[in-house]
Amino acid sequence: MKMRYLLVMAATSLLPVANLQASQADHVTASNAWIRLLPANLPASGYVTLQNTALSTASLVSAHSTTYASVMLHKSAMGSGGMSSMHAVSQLAIPAQGKAVLAPAGYHLMLERSSHAVKAGDTVDITLDFADGSHLPVTFLVRPANAADPN
Amino acid sequence: MKCSRLLRLVILSCAMVASALLAACHKDVQQPWQLTDISGHMPDLAFRLTDDHGRTVTAADYRGKVTLLYFGYTHCPDVCPLTLAHLHVVMQKLGKLADNVRILFVSVDPTRDTPAILHDYVNAFDPRAVGLTGTPADIEALTKRYRAAFTREPGKADGSYDVSHSSGIYIFDVNGKARLLATPADGQDRLVHDLQLLLNSGGAS
Repeated sequence: MKMRYLLVMAATSLLPVANLQASQADHVTASNAWIRLLPANLPASGYVTLQNTALSTASLVSAHSTTYASVMLHKSAMGSGGMSSMHAVSQLAIPAQGKAVLAPAGYHLMLERSSHAVKAGDTVDITLDFADGSHLPVTFLVRPANAADPN
Repeated sequence: MKCSRLLRLVILSCAMVASALLAACHKDVQQPWQLTDISGHMPDLAFRLTDDHGRTVTAADYRGKVTLLYFGYTHCPDVCPLTLAHLHVVMQKLGKLADNVRILFVSVDPTRDTPAILHDYVNAFDPRAVGLTGTPADIEALTKRYRAAFTREPGKADGSYDVSHSSGIYIFDVNGKARLLATPADGQDRLVHDLQLLLNSGGAS
């Protein structure tokens, strides 16, 4: 009896894996994608809300764009004594049926060395790369430096 | 019996008077500020730096203005812009009063932050923001004066680097006296409230 129960448990735990024939990117939807543009070709930052409809975690591992030579996943943190710091992050988990938010003062895409002049009102395509090798192209709206966080 | 009742009444009224006095006293002591009051705990605004027009400026050049001192750097794409955008909204909410306010953005990355880059950067946020840079020694002296700190982080493969820095916003009155400390987490309304109070009081301590 107990054995059968365990077998059923083991079988059901495999179900989400079986579901994963669809890629991580297939289950992720992006919203509120925007870039805070800074002048003089200074590094800008990209923000987006990622919703994962899958029954398993999706992991964002990198991003790339034809507009920016360098796109890196970063996180700002507030340390002791109000010290603000920033560091690169190797991956960001989007929980099963949950979301991950890239927003000011937290996770963000650091965008450097644009190939052409980017201006407020433009859109920029950035492709998000997931741990299973799948990709999600996202269109970001470029906002001026002093834009308030729209979320 | 009657005496004891009278005594009880006297004690009770004394207690009421005392608590009323305490309340009144407490009310007098209560701070009108919504941000952290640093009056008397931080030194007056003093520096000699280069502004974003390339001119040598000192704190005396900003007497008559309420100043918001913030340390940051232009290659900071997330927290510095967030803070400056936040301050821009505060300035907008202050309306005409904002003409008497200056945001002093002091670079903790003087190697990369030339006056020209600082000029483009601060003006992207607010016309009343001033970019200040100087020698590393001058910048360090100013941060130490306000017990702020900054650390240049190890360089990356492409030669770029990040700078960790204190995130406080130091607010000085029109006489250059340190008055309030805000953090980026303080809501815009708290800043607007206290700045209005500071501007309307004429900055008198």
